[in-house]
Amino acid sequence: MTVVAGPRELPPLEANRELVVPTGVERTLGNGLTVIVIERRSVPLVEVRLRVPFSRAQLDPTFVAKTALLSQTLFSGTADMSTVDIAAALQTVGGALSAGVDPDRLLISGNGLASGLERILAIMADVLHGAAYPEKEVTTERARLIDRIQVAQSQPSHLARVALLRRMYGEHPYAIQTPDSADVAALGTPELAALHAERLHPAGTTLVVVGDIDPAATLDLAEAALGSWDGAGAGEALPAVPALSPGPILLADRRGAVQSSIRLALPAVGRTHPDHAALQLANLVFGGYFSSRWVENIREDKGYTYGPHSVVEHSIAGSAVVLAAEVATDVTAPALLETWYELGRLATVVPRDDELEQARQYALGSLLLGMSTQAGLAGLASTYAGYGLRLDFLADHAARLAVATRDEVGAAAATYLAPAKAATVILGDASLIETALATLSSVERSPSPEGPGD
Amino acid sequence: MSGHDQNVSATATAALERFTLPNGLRVVLAPDRSAPVVGVAVVYDVGIRSEPAGRTGFAHLFEHLMFQGSENLEKLAHFRHVQGSGGTVNGSTHLDYTDYFEMLPSNALERALFLEADRMRGPRLTEENLRNQVDVVKEEIRVNVLNRPYGGFPWLKLPPVMFDTFPNAHDGYGSFDDLESATVPDAADFFAKYYAAGNAVLAVAGDLDVERAVKLVERHFGDVPARPAPQRPGFTEPDLTGERTEAYTDHLAPLPAFAAAWRVPDPIGDFSAYLPYVVLAEVLTDGDASRLVQRLVLTDRSVTTVGGYVSFMGEPFDVRDPTAVLLQAHLPPGGSVAAVLAAIGEECDRLAQDGLAEGELARTVARMSTYLLRDADTVLSRALHYAVLEQQRRDAALAGELPRMLTDVTEEQVRAAAAALVPSRRAVVEVVPGGGQS
Repeated sequence: MTVVAGPRELPPLEANRELVVPTGVERTLGNGLTVIVIERRSVPLVEVRLRVPFSRAQLDPTFVAKTALLSQTLFSGTADMSTVDIAAALQTVGGALSAGVDPDRLLISGNGLASGLERILAIMADVLHGAAYPEKEVTTERARLIDRIQVAQSQPSHLARVALLRRMYGEHPYAIQTPDSADVAALGTPELAALHAERLHPAGTTLVVVGDIDPAATLDLAEAALGSWDGAGAGEALPAVPALSPGPILLADRRGAVQSSIRLALPAVGRTHPDHAALQLANLVFGGYFSSRWVENIREDKGYTYGPHSVVEHSIAGSAVVLAAEVATDVTAPALLETWYELGRLATVVPRDDELEQARQYALGSLLLGMSTQAGLAGLASTYAGYGLRLDFLADHAARLAVATRDEVGAAAATYLAPAKAATVILGDASLIETALATLSSVERSPSPEGPGD
Repeated sequence: MSGHDQNVSATATAALERFTLPNGLRVVLAPDRSAPVVGVAVVYDVGIRSEPAGRTGFAHLFEHLMFQGSENLEKLAHFRHVQGSGGTVNGSTHLDYTDYFEMLPSNALERALFLEADRMRGPRLTEENLRNQVDVVKEEIRVNVLNRPYGGFPWLKLPPVMFDTFPNAHDGYGSFDDLESATVPDAADFFAKYYAAGNAVLAVAGDLDVERAVKLVERHFGDVPARPAPQRPGFTEPDLTGERTEAYTDHLAPLPAFAAAWRVPDPIGDFSAYLPYVVLAEVLTDGDASRLVQRLVLTDRSVTTVGGYVSFMGEPFDVRDPTAVLLQAHLPPGGSVAAVLAAIGEECDRLAQDGLAEGELARTVARMSTYLLRDADTVLSRALHYAVLEQQRRDAALAGELPRMLTDVTEEQVRAAAAALVPSRRAVVEVVPGGGQS
């Protein structure tokens, strides 16, 4: 082999691969349940997602506690089966099911061998029809949930999130998304059974099935399993989220912290808004991936942090851009200053063409990568269904990403990423960071100290 | 589509193309054209266990330096070229290997190969980049270990209890002193010794044409200079002859926790004896129908969570000897670790003496098949596993055979594995909560 002398050229990309959005089949059952089935035969498995609207119109901490405990006890038994029976029956077909909640929905997720789909759906139906919330299991799971809450409250990422949500949402139901131990401790079988009866309904619910399956036969299987699921009652509509109110830095004290958790919230728009593609690109240029200005600045130039990231977060009642960085305590104020600088620079100066093209390719590539697995497809299809969208929306979105201009992206940055619009929360050792932060902005102390002090 | 035969055929028959370039680089190509994406992995046969004394954390620090520019690429260029092609990129440092990987739309395959080949010829090692990445790594350690409860538990906390020799016992993230002492000549030496073409495997999985991919690999890697792979020393240690227990206070942790580990047979040299332990860990802890969840969580209520797995980083098929089966649990406030360990002992005895229930082994293995197949559904995971299996075993195809091999594990083997989890062979590390008890 001869060694090539001199610089080597980066090979060009081949033509962009076409974004092929899989065409699912869909059926709305008589009880109102929508079933979406997508065939992808890459491995002999199946993924299932049942998304039930689970929002509450008012800020209600006891509802948050009830939904959290319900999600932990939904598979704790029926009249005929124990927790262990359910788990063993699923495991026999290589399967498992679990539930999770957020302020928008309850999501039952699972997977297993494709040959076991009928079993998986049958057990899902058994639980939807007849979850019994047995007292013994509820007692066990209640104690476990309280222990988990205690562990969460010792984690800076959790504490920062809690403080940020309070700061962003005020009295909106999104303001509290994790349960309080005392509220959980007051719950038992009657409350869970009542919540189940009240809120677990097929109307408005979407079942997504993706995998090594025949689509038409799977629709029939789903109808056979879940067509008789009933339960009347409507979900609760959420009020729109309040506009973000910029203001002083909210400083939450965590004594002894060796890092500060910096969080900024900025306004955003939903997926179907005309600005959304431009906003997504602007966020990428700012801090939405590694090759962004913010990461290259505060990590790769300054070494202040390991994994800063900026995400456009979507919820049913509104969207927001959320920035997160864990930085060394002694550079907290400088890191915030650089964050403002990068936000402000993008909000006031249109990004370069090469930066935009790089972000555009990343956004388009992420769509291809995200749809390349069964689990990825199932997650996307289920999430979008929650917003009344189908996967073909992603083809339209890709088309918008492909044509967004520098001016549009710059305008989106000015509208949504302006530092003047940010709500800022910092969790850290206040005794070490407050003075420096106060040189940049007014600072307001969060009323209660967070976490252990020793 | 039914049952395990289908599972096996779905992965085992995926044609693998394996070859070695004249410079010693081993290559695995795994075409799968079902989605327009590729996973590219380069694995070097050096990890935490190969770090020199006084340089704890160096393998990981060096992994960071491999992203700081190379022969034809400025700092930041590697990330920009991958992400600007629509891909994702990262690397990670393990006990026995270090991997570098991209997952991209398949139109960017050649670009990814160019990028990996460029740094295989040589990273740009500068004082400025070294200092910057020491700072970044310190923040990584703060976020993952120092500023959170249960940081480094148990993967950094248990090895020093279980092992006596530096390679196996030391902190793989490294001490701040050692990290700050690292020099550019250290990095150059490390590269020269371990980052030889002959010490690496390249694997590409996904949307590729084999003939063309072979040409691209030859074009970009063919003139990477040949350097011999270093002799890898054996790191094995004798089994424990008596129980070892240590406790430490975690000032951020609100609940007690512990992890217990027992040595297992050589994962490479004695795979058939090793595999039953991988199954045993799942019989004991996978899901609500597993032995220890039933006993400790649902019946005794003596733990809040329990988990079990083989190897300290939870990668049973990507690790060499010596390694262990681990059980770990978090306890409610005031819980007794001794009582939980006693209950685990009873359950292992019961399993060893009474055997498994009807269908228990089959259902556990069925779920394990799902885990393996689900992981394999991502082209990047597939590429990574092929690369490591080729490197450690010269057998990338093992990835596709695992589901069937798991079904061959017998009840007798699982019982014998359970019988081996005795107190006198175990190492235990206990977390004493020092915080959150307000």
